[in-house]
Amino acid sequence: MGINRRNFIKLAGITAAVGVGGKKIMGELVDDTTGLPVVDTAQKASPLKAKRWAMVIDLKKCREKQGCTACINACHAVHNVPDLGNPKDEVKWIWKEDFEGAFPSADHKYLEEEIRNSHALVFCNHCDNPPCVRVCPTQATWRRKADGIVMMDMHRCIGCRYCVVACPYGSRSFNWRDPKPFIKEINPDYPTRMRGVVEKCNFCEERLDRGKMPACVEACPEKALVFGDLEDADSEVRKLLREHYTIRRKPSLGTNPEIYYIV
Amino acid sequence: MIEKALTGSKQYWGWVGLLLILIGIGFLTYLRQFNNGMYITGLGRDVPWGLYIAQFTFLVGVAASAVMVVLPYYLHNYKDFAKMTVLGEFLAIGSVIMCLLFVFVDIGNPIRILNMPLNPTPSSLLFWDMIVLSGYLFLNVLISQVTFSAERKGIKPPGWIKPFIIISIPWAVSIHTVTAFLYNGLAARPFWLTAILAPRFLASAFAAGPAFLVLICFLLKRFANYDVGEKALAKLGEIITYAMAINVFFVLLELFTALYSDIPEHLHHFEYLYLGIGDANFLVPWMWTSAVLSVVSLVLLLVPKFRANKGLFLLACITVIGSLWIEKGMGMVITGFVPSPLGKVVEYIPTLPEIMIVIGIWSVGFLVLTVFYKVAMAVRHQIGYK
Repeated sequence: MGINRRNFIKLAGITAAVGVGGKKIMGELVDDTTGLPVVDTAQKASPLKAKRWAMVIDLKKCREKQGCTACINACHAVHNVPDLGNPKDEVKWIWKEDFEGAFPSADHKYLEEEIRNSHALVFCNHCDNPPCVRVCPTQATWRRKADGIVMMDMHRCIGCRYCVVACPYGSRSFNWRDPKPFIKEINPDYPTRMRGVVEKCNFCEERLDRGKMPACVEACPEKALVFGDLEDADSEVRKLLREHYTIRRKPSLGTNPEIYYIV
Repeated sequence: MIEKALTGSKQYWGWVGLLLILIGIGFLTYLRQFNNGMYITGLGRDVPWGLYIAQFTFLVGVAASAVMVVLPYYLHNYKDFAKMTVLGEFLAIGSVIMCLLFVFVDIGNPIRILNMPLNPTPSSLLFWDMIVLSGYLFLNVLISQVTFSAERKGIKPPGWIKPFIIISIPWAVSIHTVTAFLYNGLAARPFWLTAILAPRFLASAFAAGPAFLVLICFLLKRFANYDVGEKALAKLGEIITYAMAINVFFVLLELFTALYSDIPEHLHHFEYLYLGIGDANFLVPWMWTSAVLSVVSLVLLLVPKFRANKGLFLLACITVIGSLWIEKGMGMVITGFVPSPLGKVVEYIPTLPEIMIVIGIWSVGFLVLTVFYKVAMAVRHQIGYK
C-alpha cells in the first residue's frame, strides 16, 4: 500500500536534506555580493573565530563621506533584506540614525554642529546581556556562548515581537508582509524570510564561518568599521579602544553593547 | 446540558445570529491577515503591539476579577453570592478564551504556536503567561463544572474540589501579575518600568470585572428572569467602589512620579498620552474621555444615595468599564511605544480589518457567555432557583 506515514516522513527528510545540501554546494560556488561564480581560495579559508566579537566604528571617518551607504547596501544585498518603501513596514539590519536618536544622553543643544547634524551607523549591538534573548518565549534568539553573537533562528520564531518590544535600540525588524517581492536581487547564498518572523543583524556569522569579514566591514571604503576579538588584547579593536575615547549606546541600561563608537 | 442552549426565544436567536455574523466577518478578516501578513493592521516597526494586546490586557483583568466573588463566597462563606459565583466563573472562562484568541491573532506565525510549549523558556514572561492563563482556564472550567453539576443534582459539591477553589484565588492574582510583568520588566520602555503596574492592573481589574458582572446580572434579570438579589449587587457595588478609587489613586501616583521627577524619557510618554506631541495626538481625546468617565464613575459610586439608585449604579458600572477599557488597553499599551527608544514619535491608528477582528473575538466571548448563561439559567429554573 502506497506510502505510509513513517516512510513519508523519511522521504521528506531525505528530500529536504538533499535540497539543503544542494543549496550549500551552489553557495560555495557563488559569490555573496555579486552572485557570480567564484574561483578563489578564500572560500576554503578556515572560519574566523573569536572569544568575543565586537566592532569599533569611527564616526569621524564616516562623517567625511556624507551620504555614503556602502555598508548598508552590502549588508542588505548579502542578506536579502527587502526594500518595502515605507517606514511602517520597513525591514533593516543596519542604517544611519540621527545622532540624537542613537545617543540620546550624549546629545545637547550646543554640541559641535558637525556631530549634532551627523548620523551614526546603528545595528544590533550583540549585547552581552541581551534583553531580547531573555524575553523570547521559544529560544528563537540566543547569545552564542563561543563568540557572543546574538543569533536568530528565523525558522523557529513565532512572530510574537516580544524581542522587538524589549530591544532598547530598535535593532529588530518584523516581516509585516512577504518580503520576497521587495528584494531587488535574491542572493541564493542566504535564505529569504517569510512573513511573520523577526530578523536582525547577525554579525555575518555565515560569512565568518567561511573565513570572511562581515559584509559591512568589507564594503566600507574608509575602513571606518573595525571588527575583531575583544578578548584578544592585541586585536585591532582593542588597539582602537585603547587609543580613542569611545562611547556605546545607552550603556546605563546594563545590556553591555559590543559596538563602540569613536565620535 | 448543552441542549438547553439550543432552545430559546426569537430574541435569543436574534442575538446569537448577530454574534455569529460578527464572528464570521472577524474570521474572514483574520484569514486575510493570515494570508497576507500583519501589514493590514496599523502596527509597524515603531508600534509593534496595539489593539489586540490592549484587549488582551484588559480582558486578563476581567478574567482575574472572578476572584472577587469566589473569595467572599468560598473563603468567607458569604452566602449572598451563592447565585452569582458561577456567573463570575463563567465570565472568567469567556474572558480567558478571548485573551488566548487575542494573543493568537497577534502572532505573526500562528502555525508555529506550538514552538512555545515545545521550547519551554522560563526566562520569558510570555511563557509564564501561557502557563498561568491556561491553568486559570482549566481551574475555572473544572470548578464551575463540578460545582454546577452538583447543584443540578441537588447534592453538595465533592470535597476534593475545595483545594482547587482555594488555589484558584491566588491563581487569579497571578494571571494579572504575570501580565503586568510582561511589560514592566523591560529596560527599553520607561513608561512601563514601574513597580506599581501590577497593583494598578489588579485594582482596575477588580473594578472593571465586577462592573461587567453587574451589567450581566441586570441583563439576566431582564431577559432570563434570574435575580441574584439586591444584597449581592450592593456588595459588588462596594467592591467596585473601593477598587476604582484605588485605581485612580495609583494612576495619580504614576503621574506624580513622572511629572515631579521631570525625567524626560518618563515625562514624554505622559505628554503624548494627555497632551499629544506635535501632530501626534490620536490618544488625547480618548484619554481625556477616560479621565472624565473615571471622575463621573467615582462620584456615582462614592455617594451612597447615587449608588443605591439602580439607574445611576448601572451608569456608574458602564463608566467604570469605559474608562478602564481606554486607560488600561490602548492608553497603557500604545503609549509604551511613543516615543520609541530612538526618540521617534510614530503614531499607531488601528485599521478597519484590525477592528473587525477585535469585534469578532469579542463576539466569540459574548457567544460563549451567552451559551453558558443560557444553560445555567435553564438548569436553575428547572431546579427551582428563583
